[in-house]
Amino acid sequence: MNPVFEVSNLRKAFGGLAVTNDVSLAMAPGDRVALIGPNGAGKTTFVNLVTGNLSPDSGEVRLGGEAVTKIDAVGRVKRGLVRSFQVTRLFQDMTPAEHVGLAVLQRDGKAKRAFGNFLAMSDVMTEVDELLGKLGLASLMHRRVSEIAYGQQRLLEIAVALALKPKVLLLDEPAAGVPQSDTGRIEQALADLPGDLAVLMIEHDMDLVFRFAKRVIVLAAGAIIFDGLPADVTRDARVREAYLGSYANASHIA
Amino acid sequence: MALVMNSENERLQHQRRFSGDLIGITAIVAIGAIGYFVFPDNLALLTRMITIALLVLSLDLVTGYCGVATLGHAALFGSGAYAAGILSAHYGINDPLLMMLAGIAAGAIAGLLSGAIILRAHGLPQLVLSIALIHLFHEFANKASSWTGGSDGLSGIAPDPIFGLFEFDLYGQTAFFFGMTLLLVVFVLLRFLVRSPFGMLCRGIRQDPLRIRAMGGSPMAALIRMYVISGAVAGVGGALNAISTQVVGLDSLSFTQSAEALVMLVLGGTGSLFGALSGTVIFMLFEDYVSAANPFHWLTMVGALLIAVVLFAPKGLFGTAAAFVRRRKEARA
Repeated sequence: MNPVFEVSNLRKAFGGLAVTNDVSLAMAPGDRVALIGPNGAGKTTFVNLVTGNLSPDSGEVRLGGEAVTKIDAVGRVKRGLVRSFQVTRLFQDMTPAEHVGLAVLQRDGKAKRAFGNFLAMSDVMTEVDELLGKLGLASLMHRRVSEIAYGQQRLLEIAVALALKPKVLLLDEPAAGVPQSDTGRIEQALADLPGDLAVLMIEHDMDLVFRFAKRVIVLAAGAIIFDGLPADVTRDARVREAYLGSYANASHIA
Repeated sequence: MALVMNSENERLQHQRRFSGDLIGITAIVAIGAIGYFVFPDNLALLTRMITIALLVLSLDLVTGYCGVATLGHAALFGSGAYAAGILSAHYGINDPLLMMLAGIAAGAIAGLLSGAIILRAHGLPQLVLSIALIHLFHEFANKASSWTGGSDGLSGIAPDPIFGLFEFDLYGQTAFFFGMTLLLVVFVLLRFLVRSPFGMLCRGIRQDPLRIRAMGGSPMAALIRMYVISGAVAGVGGALNAISTQVVGLDSLSFTQSAEALVMLVLGGTGSLFGALSGTVIFMLFEDYVSAANPFHWLTMVGALLIAVVLFAPKGLFGTAAAFVRRRKEARA
């Protein structure tokens, strides 16, 4: 299958330090990839390069075959590259319905309409109802975000991303900060993501990585040191070295 | 089942919002009527209140709804006033509706210009830019005295009767009713605007522009657009000022006027049309009453009122009252 998302030879240095060093990867529709790596491996920089918040020194980012390296972050969102945030970024005094409604309107290019209330636009509301219903947020749809639990805010982040109908979804630690009791709901939401969507998840929680990903990429010191099946990742010598004293070794000792 | 509940919810929200409109219109008409009967000899004050209310509403659009910090908003108001005045004084076009249109257009252009400059910065630098801008507008009007009358003010404005029927009388009756009509029309249009998709987009931009970008929206384009709309509203106020007082002074384009508008907005409560309106009415009534009661210390009292509001009702008088009512309702439910 043709890749929907492709990064080739991406490089970025701050001063003399190569933070992203010749990174290449490709994803096809339906891929479930986890990007892991120790702290300081360059995951955040990689995300910023891909989303267009930073521009690379060299290399290329392609979306659906089109080079988007010169296109800004907004343009990439419009072309189907959507991200969620590690710390939820929601509008505290707005409701889930308003969040998803705004995303739907934005996607359809109707967010500049200066008349009419979207609550009365049946096409928008049908989609809002459906999306929030799927994620179990229907009963909260008219509450303010500041009044709903953090786990539910996490789900809302996913709902907003999905409302934009992405082709490629970057999930930045989708379960970070969520109490253990609520992670099941989030994992369920991740399992229910559309089948043709390419998902790249950045995650620290290895249990979640193993349950979600069909492929794991390990980033260390700005370079990809492993790209393969989840089952092989803990056995890889270079990965162990990179994680010295952390998860891979710890599990061995235990 | 869930769908039924949602459409129920939707209908309730609609009813609440619709009744909000009715209450708002009724309140404006009622307060106007009370003013008309309580101050029959001072309709000029009421008309002045309406013009300033339009300025404060306009400021609320960019400051309250979009989070833009500005101390130069009178630039938009004054541009509207001068455009309407110049049309009459220099071109002899005295139709009040045409003068109003000129005011709206000039306000919108001034809004576009201000927005294009002010929105380049954020926070304190933004505030400084806005101050620089109002001084530039003021100085420009001062120097272009052959057009604006400079520091003597622009006189010779003589609006014709509205529709050829209602003459602007000495008592200010026509001006007052003209102003009330304009205020009601603007209010209803703005009610539509602030809860339209565009209004929601702007509220989002105020809270987190980066989030809006991650949703594929362009904050800059939306803010510039809001600035133009805001300029049109301020232009209505400015033109009304020129038509009703038949003179335009440099003070309509001043830093003081800008700062006072911001004070009124904070007093009533930002981010709410009712807050903007109530802040204007309360401030101007208080100013009028206290300055008559104690001409030597009235400014002291205005200062004390402001400190009290900021300390004890930081959401503004209307904002605090609305929050109180909401809490009572929730406690009962």
